Amino acid sequence: MARLVKRRVNARPRRRAGILARQAGRRPGPVDPHRRVFLRLHVNGADHTIAVAPHRTLLEILREDLGLTGTKHGCELGECGTCTVLLDGIPVLSCLALGLECDDRPVVTVEGLADGPTPHPLQEAFTELGAAQCGYCTPGILCAAKALLEADPDPNRDAIREALSGNLCRCTGYIKIFEAVELAAKRRREPRAAPSRETLFGRRD
Amino acid sequence: MRRDGSARGGLRIVGTAARKVDGPAKCTGALRFADDIVLPRTLACRILRSHVPHARIRGIDTTRARARPGVFAVLTGSDLPIPFGILPVSQDEHALCPDKVRFVGDPVAAVAAVDEETAWEAANAIRVDYDRLEPIMTIEQALSTETPRIHDYGEGGNVHKKVSLEFGDAEAGLRDADAVFEDIFFYEGSTHLPMEQHSATAMPEPDGRLTVWSSTQTPHYLHRALAKVLEMPASRIRVIACPNGGGFGGKSDPFNHEIVVAKLALLTGRPVKVTLTREEVFYCHRGRHPVLMQVKTGIARDGSIRALHFRSWLDGGAYGSYGVASTYYTGALQTVTYPIGAYKFEGLRVFTNKPPCGPKRGHGTPQPRYALEVHIDKIAERLGVDPADYRLRHLVPPGSLTVNHLRIGSMGLRTCIEKVVAGSGWKEKFRRQPRGRGIGLACSSYISGAGLPIYWNNMPHTGVLLKIDRGGGVTVFCGEIDIGQGSDTVLAQVVAEVLGIDPLDIRIVAGDTDLTPVDLGSYSSRVTLMMGNAAIQAAEKARGILATAAAREWAICAERVVFAGGRVLDSGDPGRAMSFADAVQRAEAASGTIGTVGSYTPPPSTARYRGSGVGPSPAYSYSAAVVEVAVEAATGLVHVERVHLAHDVGRAINPVLSVGQVEGSVYMGLGEALMEEQSFRANRNGVHRAPSMLEYKSPTTMEMPEVVTYLVEDPDPNGPFGAKEVGQGPLLPIAPAVANAVHDAIGVRVDAIPITPDAILRALQAPSKRAGPVRVPATDWPEPVRVPAPALDARPAPDTRPPRDAP
Repeated sequence: MARLVKRRVNARPRRRAGILARQAGRRPGPVDPHRRVFLRLHVNGADHTIAVAPHRTLLEILREDLGLTGTKHGCELGECGTCTVLLDGIPVLSCLALGLECDDRPVVTVEGLADGPTPHPLQEAFTELGAAQCGYCTPGILCAAKALLEADPDPNRDAIREALSGNLCRCTGYIKIFEAVELAAKRRREPRAAPSRETLFGRRD
Repeated sequence: MRRDGSARGGLRIVGTAARKVDGPAKCTGALRFADDIVLPRTLACRILRSHVPHARIRGIDTTRARARPGVFAVLTGSDLPIPFGILPVSQDEHALCPDKVRFVGDPVAAVAAVDEETAWEAANAIRVDYDRLEPIMTIEQALSTETPRIHDYGEGGNVHKKVSLEFGDAEAGLRDADAVFEDIFFYEGSTHLPMEQHSATAMPEPDGRLTVWSSTQTPHYLHRALAKVLEMPASRIRVIACPNGGGFGGKSDPFNHEIVVAKLALLTGRPVKVTLTREEVFYCHRGRHPVLMQVKTGIARDGSIRALHFRSWLDGGAYGSYGVASTYYTGALQTVTYPIGAYKFEGLRVFTNKPPCGPKRGHGTPQPRYALEVHIDKIAERLGVDPADYRLRHLVPPGSLTVNHLRIGSMGLRTCIEKVVAGSGWKEKFRRQPRGRGIGLACSSYISGAGLPIYWNNMPHTGVLLKIDRGGGVTVFCGEIDIGQGSDTVLAQVVAEVLGIDPLDIRIVAGDTDLTPVDLGSYSSRVTLMMGNAAIQAAEKARGILATAAAREWAICAERVVFAGGRVLDSGDPGRAMSFADAVQRAEAASGTIGTVGSYTPPPSTARYRGSGVGPSPAYSYSAAVVEVAVEAATGLVHVERVHLAHDVGRAINPVLSVGQVEGSVYMGLGEALMEEQSFRANRNGVHRAPSMLEYKSPTTMEMPEVVTYLVEDPDPNGPFGAKEVGQGPLLPIAPAVANAVHDAIGVRVDAIPITPDAILRALQAPSKRAGPVRVPATDWPEPVRVPAPALDARPAPDTRPPRDAP
């Protein structure tokens, strides 16, 4: 028992990468720390050819090899949704995706949402409504919300709840996030749509 | 400009839903949190933590770790022998345990290595020889175990702190009351669970100085702890607080890992970084204390509270942290909502072999507030009165002095109750809905910053430095740190209001001990009020300098000069104006470089008794909540359908951010009320039951109900433009309102938080229709410090106006 607890308390979350590799059918075997694989990544429209250890996760590659620290992490175990990025346009948890799986596939991170200097309507709406309080879960939620709006340009509240249910946020109570996604969706149809008075000022009877 | 906020007229920036100054950076991934700091040559640090809950360290063998290639340094307790702690009275922590471990997760050794993999492997190659001691896991066990003692200080055995205060004659009040009510409650601990894991990087400078970046809410206290433990002059240490990815109180202690990376950086001459794993964050904790409470109330015939006797037993975990303050807080704020004739408070905190508890949003007050508000719901039921009407009949009047000598300023609770009662349709719903549907109400109050600093001194609690560039740009320096609450934006809006410029023309420099004046930190809901007042002072001085220069130019008196829309104008001649930048250049030519300062110290409290340092505040916020629930009797599941929350914020400097704070507080309150438990397995070596974000249940998008927020603005004379706090207060009424709603729905009382389906089913099956603690441990309370109640002329008569009917 004591040994179990010791391993648990001092455990390294990134061991999961090895488990993933095993699930993907790769032979576990002893890890050669010097082994590298070449990957061609398409991140936010730019091509990168990099050599990385085969167990490296997409999260580690984005943050540590490419310097794209906009993607955050909350657990590195696939529990909180903070590290969500888009792979082939689909939200994935970058802490559970191996770089190997992303070879030659398009990846979009929060840094790639804006159109040049023009923020994405979601970024605009999140800023306007204070939907990013501490801002730490925001990059992942923006990516998940972008995928939602691309699949369903006019989602109702339930569809938004469902689409973001894998992303935890401890600051906002999610409400300003729902309202910001709704506002961004509405502005696709009515570019000048404004948030409701109750959203901005609370109910004033 | 009126600072008392009694008139809205004239305010241009304050009161607008301005976008957050850091919003774009947060929405583009550009904002750099602590773990985003990347420096060349950085070494990775890992900390080996105890896997036993209570033991003496017989020996540590680091030979194998040191021998590993890529390892640069290994530290153990003997390298950092000086203790530290947030409170001067509880300097009981070591960066690495020298001789004893006190909980699973206590740090024992640390490694700096070339990369994280190597550091992990080296840390796990360290052998620690533990001599196990009996673990103490509960309040009862701590009270009944004289030895082993977890600490050698405190009030004997494993009692950390005992408090006993009596204001007026509470015994007589209870004896003479027309009815006496008594209840026992328990509130389980919960943790902050910020999305960002704690991270710190330390960098040695070539000249021998040291810079530390950290996700801390309190750079000033970290600065002091580093100077103490490293035995370095504070003037040679620079602490930079990075924006926090959520704090909620969990990053307001100085932490062992921050000191460890600093020491490793000094030893290796290279930057050293540590980022905790999520599991380590669960073991760092400093969150909500589990508290057992006993409430006894003597009620007069008219329903007023003649006397209140409140007892609390806090499960403190392994270290002091903020615990002495937490203990006092479980007794301090019961008095600021409803008048109490005489009040006795007895509180006690024990040490246990679990992660230390400390301040979580609401610090020490959600537990007693839950107890008091459910207790009052029961009293109203027994008296046969509507609980909303009961509260409206018994409200502390504004401007009064409470029985424990707290000075109330503005008090908007009446309006808050009226708003949620009317908005929720309370009168049509309470006790009138079919079984399974319920509605519950509760109220609360919270401080806007503590009246006294954590360590005794006469200096200001916050300072603001303001510098104006010739181009018209304004830079504001302040030691505050934005933890998501929007303090940078508040600072920009306050300065912009005074100088008549756009908040986006203001650059904020925050939380850097080399650059910014001290602000005590982002805790105790103090920043808006204290920093805001200091910022007004600095900005008014700058405005004075500019006004003098403009007045001289126009040959008018300075009082005629006004600032608005990025321009400086003559109020007596609408045609005369110059740009803000022009005014700056004229002022600089006339009087030299423009820089001003402002500072703020809270008004002194009149109370002069031992323990009177906890409770006084420049202003008290007030909240009222109505929660609507549906309860499934077959499963015990509670579905919260809607929450109505009215909060007296004094003045909303930024309404959309204030509404966001209310919604976030409601969310966190619901998590505590229904599911969150920071609990441990006594029979499994003291490990956390659920140290992961999957197993530690917190509300997701699927559970979050609709929240209707009402911002009530009852400006307080002590607040900047009348503003009071909004970040913590709205959490407090949520748990009791849920408990009261559950009772309205299915007639059971759950007197323990969280209100789980299990507890509801147990209550439904119990003859008493109640679930919760039934006894309190036998306790030797000390003789109380007896404090006379304030003279009656200092305590205006209770506000006994009959409740107005809902509009």
